[in-house]
Amino acid sequence: MTAVAAIGVDAGSTAFKLVAIDAAGVILSASIEPAHPKLEAQAERLLALVRARFPEAEAAPLVATGYGRKRIPARAAVTEITCHARGSFFHLKRPHLLIDVGGQDTKAIRVGAEGEVLDFAMNDKCAAGTGRFLEVILARLAVPLAEVALHTAGAEPAVTVSNTCTVFAESEVVSLLAEGAPLEGVLRGLHESLASRVAQLAGRFVDDPRIGLSGGVALNPAMRAALTVAVGRPIEVVPDPQLVGALGAALSALLTKAGNPATR
Amino acid sequence: MILRRLRYEIVSRLVAPALLRITKRRRSQGGTGATSPLGPPLESRHKLKELMSAHYLGGRFADGAVPVAYVTSGFPVELLRPFGYHVVYPENHGALCSARRLVPQLSEVAERAGFSRDLCGYARADLGSLLSGSTPTGRLPRPDLLGCCTNICQTVLYWYRVLADRLGVPLVLIDTPFVYGQAPRAHLDYVAAQLYEAYATAARVAKRRADISDLEVPIRLAAEGTQLWGECLGLSSHRPAPWTCFDGFVHMAPIVAMRGTVACNAYYRMLRDELSDRVARGIGGIEHERHRLLWDNLPIWYQIRELATSLAAAGFNFVCATYTDAWAEPGTTFDPHHPLESLAMAYSHVLLNQDLKNRLRVMTELARRFQVDGAVLHSDRSCKPYSVGQIDLKERLQRDLGIKTLILDADHADPRAFAAAQVESRLAAFMESFR
Ligand code: SF4
Repeated sequence: MTAVAAIGVDAGSTAFKLVAIDAAGVILSASIEPAHPKLEAQAERLLALVRARFPEAEAAPLVATGYGRKRIPARAAVTEITCHARGSFFHLKRPHLLIDVGGQDTKAIRVGAEGEVLDFAMNDKCAAGTGRFLEVILARLAVPLAEVALHTAGAEPAVTVSNTCTVFAESEVVSLLAEGAPLEGVLRGLHESLASRVAQLAGRFVDDPRIGLSGGVALNPAMRAALTVAVGRPIEVVPDPQLVGALGAALSALLTKAGNPATR
Repeated sequence: MILRRLRYEIVSRLVAPALLRITKRRRSQGGTGATSPLGPPLESRHKLKELMSAHYLGGRFADGAVPVAYVTSGFPVELLRPFGYHVVYPENHGALCSARRLVPQLSEVAERAGFSRDLCGYARADLGSLLSGSTPTGRLPRPDLLGCCTNICQTVLYWYRVLADRLGVPLVLIDTPFVYGQAPRAHLDYVAAQLYEAYATAARVAKRRADISDLEVPIRLAAEGTQLWGECLGLSSHRPAPWTCFDGFVHMAPIVAMRGTVACNAYYRMLRDELSDRVARGIGGIEHERHRLLWDNLPIWYQIRELATSLAAAGFNFVCATYTDAWAEPGTTFDPHHPLESLAMAYSHVLLNQDLKNRLRVMTELARRFQVDGAVLHSDRSCKPYSVGQIDLKERLQRDLGIKTLILDADHADPRAFAAAQVESRLAAFMESFR
């Protein structure tokens, strides 16, 4: 049986992720939970679970990423940009443009031939174009995220949601439904609205040959379809899309073990 | 009038410097932080503080003693020097309010009076200060004249119209059409004609006679001042650079607010000598300079120290900035023998009044001259004219020079439009990409 060689923690704004990998980068254990305000305790509890299963994990180096990275006791804190690039490159194995739609941040990262960051762009302070946009509005419509696919599987054409601002879109959606627009069409419209905003960001790097998608929304088929149309190019979902940052952190931890000064 | 004048002169020349010497002595007993990643602080900063405090302290007693004018940073202030105006720069005052984190509270006053939060933070701070009477300087004098030049943005036009309306004083407006390439003859004639009129108005308000030959001295001083400022900036082409552009943002106050005066030039001579000395002795603006960067746009005034320190800790030094450089550029065009023509030329060709091709040229030249490895373009929510086109500029710099670039969303004046965690993580990711 392979042993845990490194641990990566991605303390994001909405979800907390932890992975343990072996020396080849294969994920041996992974957990995803909603982020708890007491990050330190959350990390401690999840680490204890890993160590109970893999005693050698006690000695494994740990790297933290995400907004809470500096609050986790770790060998190093590395930004989510570098970690996402590393995690995504591990799977796709060639230069690409990674689009990561996170809870609070959407990033477009140009990943180079060695998994390094060539350039990146992120949304500004507002929640438009992030996972939060869908979350807020779906909550308002009382549609659980897990059921979105059921509602958008049919052929109902999209109803245009013209606002990309979360606050305005919320009231727009409510009035569209009040006017009798079908829920399925409105949901599709919402995805298109978010996709167009993400495509604007990624559009700065249009000439990239290959596009990868990570983050929770990558699991949502309606979102994948809308993004493919908005970007105008096929999009490849990075395996375990929600864990890409945590995997990158664990890979960074492996590097620190090899004595490589690749982290800070 | 004579008594007031006497009080103004005494406060400006004697009281302010004395007060500062006392506070300086108290401070120096505190010592400097030995663990700071920044280089030793510049000695000139004491003189700078003295100069600027005397300026603001004198201002409290200026009205009624000397004529007072409020002007935009791009206004040809040389026109006012022959008449002994005390000149107040609302933008400089805005920077002071920004650095002291007073913009939100002043802005709220302006917002309640109906001014949009989307306006430039300087305008909101200034209007808020006017409406509430609150200012970190104690008191700003009432102006007799307002001078506005549209070479930096159109916001100032509406801002100064509001000031003129509320204060009931004359406003001289210099309209400088946008320049693509070189300003044509007709453009320069148009601007020169306005300058002539502005000069006459300034004389009338000051109850003095307008004589064009009186412009020779201030223009010569302004030419020399901008050249000296350019020399100070140029010293950063050495490795390590003797100071950081964050220092530059602070030390640029005299070239903005006191251009065309003997005191301004004396100050920059002193600063240049100190910087040259640091170059000779190999003293850097930061302790360990590993990477050199260019900064575009206004500084984030309320974050200067934090940004400078965290970057310095990782070995990054901003060795040049388009913003500080903008005050060294006109030096070459000032000509005391052709006062109005050369002012028209200089003030039409300021950075923000020229096309993106020129911005790219300036940035490319700076990047080459100061041998930078990267550039940070601050996308400033307040300053639209400075921020438009940055995505294209970023791409060109990256492609043409092969340097790393970052766009940083923030606001130069209003911390409410600043997300610390986001800025911190973008900068950290940018620095990580250098390995
Ligand atoms: S908008 Fe820009 S140029 Fe105009 S006053 Fe504000 S900071 Fe200055």
